[in-house]
Amino acid sequence: MSDVQTIEIMQGILARHATQEGPLLPILHSVQEEYGFIPADVVQIIADHLNITRAEVHGVISFYHDFRDAPAGKHVIKICRAEACQSVGANALSERALEKLGVAWGGTTTNGAVTVEAVYCLGLCACGPAAMVDGKVVGRVDASKLDKLLAEAGA
Amino acid sequence: MKIYVPLDSAAKALGADDVAATILSEAAMRGLDVDVIRNGTRGMIWLEPLVEIETDKGRVGYGAVEVADVPALLDGKLESLGLVEDLDWMKGQTRLTFQRCGVTDPLSLTDYEAHGGLTGLRTAIAMTPAGIVEEVTNSGLRGRGGAGFPTGIKWNTVLGAQADQKYIVCNADEGDSGTFADRMIMEGDPFTLIEGMVIAGLAVEATKGYVYLRSEYPDAIDIMGKAVVLARNAGMLGADVLGSGRAFDMEIRVGAGAYVCGEETSLLNSLEGKRGVVRAKPPLPALEGFLGKPTVVNNVISLATVPVVMEKGAAHYANFGLGRSKGTMPIQIAGNVKFGGLYETAFGMPLGDLVDTVAGGTLSGRPVKAVQVGGPLGAYMPREKFDTPFAYEEFDGQGGLIGHAGVVVFDDSTDMLGMARFAMEFCAVESCGKCTPCRIGAVRGVETIDRIGKGDASAIELLEDLCETMKDGSLCALGGFTPFPVMSALQNFPDDFVPNKEAAE
Ligand SMILES: Cc1cc2nc3c(=O)[nH]c(=O)nc-3n(C[C@H](O)[C@H](O)[C@H](O)COP(=O)(O)O)c2cc1C
Ligand code: SF4
Ligand code: FES
Repeated sequence: MSDVQTIEIMQGILARHATQEGPLLPILHSVQEEYGFIPADVVQIIADHLNITRAEVHGVISFYHDFRDAPAGKHVIKICRAEACQSVGANALSERALEKLGVAWGGTTTNGAVTVEAVYCLGLCACGPAAMVDGKVVGRVDASKLDKLLAEAGA
Repeated sequence: MKIYVPLDSAAKALGADDVAATILSEAAMRGLDVDVIRNGTRGMIWLEPLVEIETDKGRVGYGAVEVADVPALLDGKLESLGLVEDLDWMKGQTRLTFQRCGVTDPLSLTDYEAHGGLTGLRTAIAMTPAGIVEEVTNSGLRGRGGAGFPTGIKWNTVLGAQADQKYIVCNADEGDSGTFADRMIMEGDPFTLIEGMVIAGLAVEATKGYVYLRSEYPDAIDIMGKAVVLARNAGMLGADVLGSGRAFDMEIRVGAGAYVCGEETSLLNSLEGKRGVVRAKPPLPALEGFLGKPTVVNNVISLATVPVVMEKGAAHYANFGLGRSKGTMPIQIAGNVKFGGLYETAFGMPLGDLVDTVAGGTLSGRPVKAVQVGGPLGAYMPREKFDTPFAYEEFDGQGGLIGHAGVVVFDDSTDMLGMARFAMEFCAVESCGKCTPCRIGAVRGVETIDRIGKGDASAIELLEDLCETMKDGSLCALGGFTPFPVMSALQNFPDDFVPNKEAAE
């Protein structure tokens, strides 16, 4: 069962998407924006609203890399692993980041400051290695730039 | 004084926002009256942030500008690059689709119209739907998303379909490594895409459009969203497009981080709120697309090229190019290059000219080893194939593809076995899961390549068989084309696959 506050928040989100065709992805994006992840108890609310099963909603959530079922760290750092960035040293950069943070891809540092994720191309392939910190793009990331980004994020 | 500082993501990633802010604060300290305009990028990424100052002779460029350069810039003491229009990179191009990108303020409709915007739409409004479709067909424009299917023929199918509702869906999922043309035009000249979608709507009698834009592009999402509101307020979208009596409106939809959702049927499922699983064809999306209705699915660049086709005429566009590859292609030069960025030119330039001359060779200064053209499903081309002209059939003839025209350069330190492994790994991560050869085959592919790397020569034959199975048994090009980068790496760079190569070195 969901508490009153959740129901209220969800009513607002669902109303905002009421006139859209195929609204499930926009709804999920709004939920994630609100909570930072997709809480388990909203799945039923969405399913009821769209007249589909809970399993169907869950199937959609699990298909897409973007949707989380648990909160991320305070900052999310995405590092591009794709070919163009590899050609200018992305592999070594990724290794350095994972080692410094002491986590695997998708992991969060023990102090909760940083979640690090692999991303396949940010459209910054002429100024790689590329990264994104909380939605902000960073180009030509070398070891020292990386260390600075990690330090700023409090890792 | 008018100063241009790009708002393009690549410029921002290299510090453009800080440069723009410093220009404003330093100007205020000097009591200078400065108007900072955030333009799109000219495409010369190695010069970003490329700051331009308007003079009576034209726009003078400075780059790459750092925050510390700003005082000298304002005091007229920073060395300039000269007029931006006169730079080799600019002069060498034929900018049709990108004619306004970097020149105008992306969110000024006045600027847009002053530079030829809306001319194409006004021409289209005066024509019949069949007339517009014929014009696009005659231009020879082919889909820029990868497959190169003639745009006019696709539109004709949708025009001929009877339905109470039809849709225009713009594929802005741009997931290929080494590509950023869609992003650049959406950030730098968003009204061009909107205009192209409206024209498509008029041509096939569709009244509703969607842009499916990948979530990895937050800046493009922001700018496109603002542009749609501005276009609607100006009557370019809505119930009565520019007073034509015809309706067209559109919405921006954000993807959720799945490469396969760039495949058109997977995209349609995603847009409908489902898992992004690929659909079997037939039915064609043109007949049963979004919500089962006739739907045009086109790439950003295909649609953004339509306005210039209508503005200058099909014949003007078709005049450029080579053979059946008509017009121009915004080529994206990326990876280990001295000069990276967007270069729009007529089809037909040899690959070697692009790599050695336009891109200026590698950034590292080492010899070029391989060039991957057409994204993660494209072949690795060795220097022996550098005389291949950049065009659809010509690349196909060399066992490659141009795809969305990304060109990624690698130097001789690259381990091609590692690149082949990555291609399989990527396929395994991004597979939609529908077919076994793709879902399971890609995982086996990674294992098999690891065996080769450890010195098991017999695994090479296994890898070849596996690639054959993936090619033959996959429903879409993710599973079906992953063998291209893998096999081209193996065939063109066999030394990197020699067993025990570490021990042998
Ligand atoms: C795995 C896969 C990914 C694709 N990704 C894209 C993409 O990101 N953008 C795109 O326009 N087309 C992509 N395509 C091609 C589309 O399926 C489709 O051909 C295209 O959107 C049609 O538009 P066009 O005719 O204007 O090129 C992809 C195809 C496959 C198989
Ligand atoms: S080839 Fe792969 S991505 Fe394409 S439909 Fe089959 S399983 Fe899905
Ligand atoms: S490959 Fe890294 S940004 Fe495109």
